[in-house]
Amino acid sequence: MKTLEELMAIKAKMQDKIAVRTTEGDIRIVVGMATCGITAGARPVLNAFVEAVNAENLGGKVTVTQTGCIGICQYEPVVEIFENGKEKVTYVNMTPEKAKEVIEKHIKGGSVISEYTVSSTNIAK
Amino acid sequence: MDELSLYVLDITMNSVRAGATEISVTLTQDDEYLTFSVTDNGCGMTKEQVEKLSNPFFTTRTTRKVGLGIPFLKMIAEMSGGDVKIESVSEKESENHGTTTTARFVLNHIDSLPLGDMVETVKTLIQGAPDINFIYKHKTPKGEVNLCCSDLKSVLGDISLAEPEIIAWIDSYLKEQYEAIG
Repeated sequence: MKTLEELMAIKAKMQDKIAVRTTEGDIRIVVGMATCGITAGARPVLNAFVEAVNAENLGGKVTVTQTGCIGICQYEPVVEIFENGKEKVTYVNMTPEKAKEVIEKHIKGGSVISEYTVSSTNIAK
Repeated sequence: MDELSLYVLDITMNSVRAGATEISVTLTQDDEYLTFSVTDNGCGMTKEQVEKLSNPFFTTRTTRKVGLGIPFLKMIAEMSGGDVKIESVSEKESENHGTTTTARFVLNHIDSLPLGDMVETVKTLIQGAPDINFIYKHKTPKGEVNLCCSDLKSVLGDISLAEPEIIAWIDSYLKEQYEAIG
């Protein structure tokens, strides 16, 4: 059974990790989570990112956050990747499978998967 | 949206955006109805705003011109013979401000949606707003599932609930409780 004592043990382990965290090279993964995003399937996309960051032990340099509607509802689920010193990358029509691929190729491997980005999709406004 | 848990997520996001510091999400299941209510201490709405809520062309957003959250919820609740009630006190009216949204669904109605994955919804809420004290309760005839974020915060101190390790712990904590009530 999960107990609060167990949570205490996790805290003890995490405090060492957090102490060595730096802000340099930080990557921020931002998932759109308004009605448009949720309807299109943003919830499993978000949770896929959170689980992958945990499983790959990337918590030190990657944070996953949520945002509201950015105005391209027809391309939801939309995910933006912010990295220090680099241009923002916007992935559209995301799925949990694509999320895992983004973690593998973009976050860990450093190369943008351009076929999933907004610039390769025709935006009709 | 094909499961109720997504509506719970969407409606609770309204409370997050209303600047609430405490949000209670309660699901109550009996033989006939599933009722969920979301109560927050956010900025609230005026009477005029509440009246306009079921109009899809009313929104306070600036990124788009439609607001479909409440109209969607009303549609699926009423389709299954249920209803939606919204009570709100605006911060302009009282210091005791906030909003309660209650939606009721008839469980055995042919147009009722399945509840879906509430664990995913609760995790998403906490991940997105780790500073808010979420109080989650799901009451069923077989037992209850509970989570109170302030209890977790008092253990964790300044470690954010949004840390992936903590979200993973919350995942198993909730799943164990759901398994126990089968």
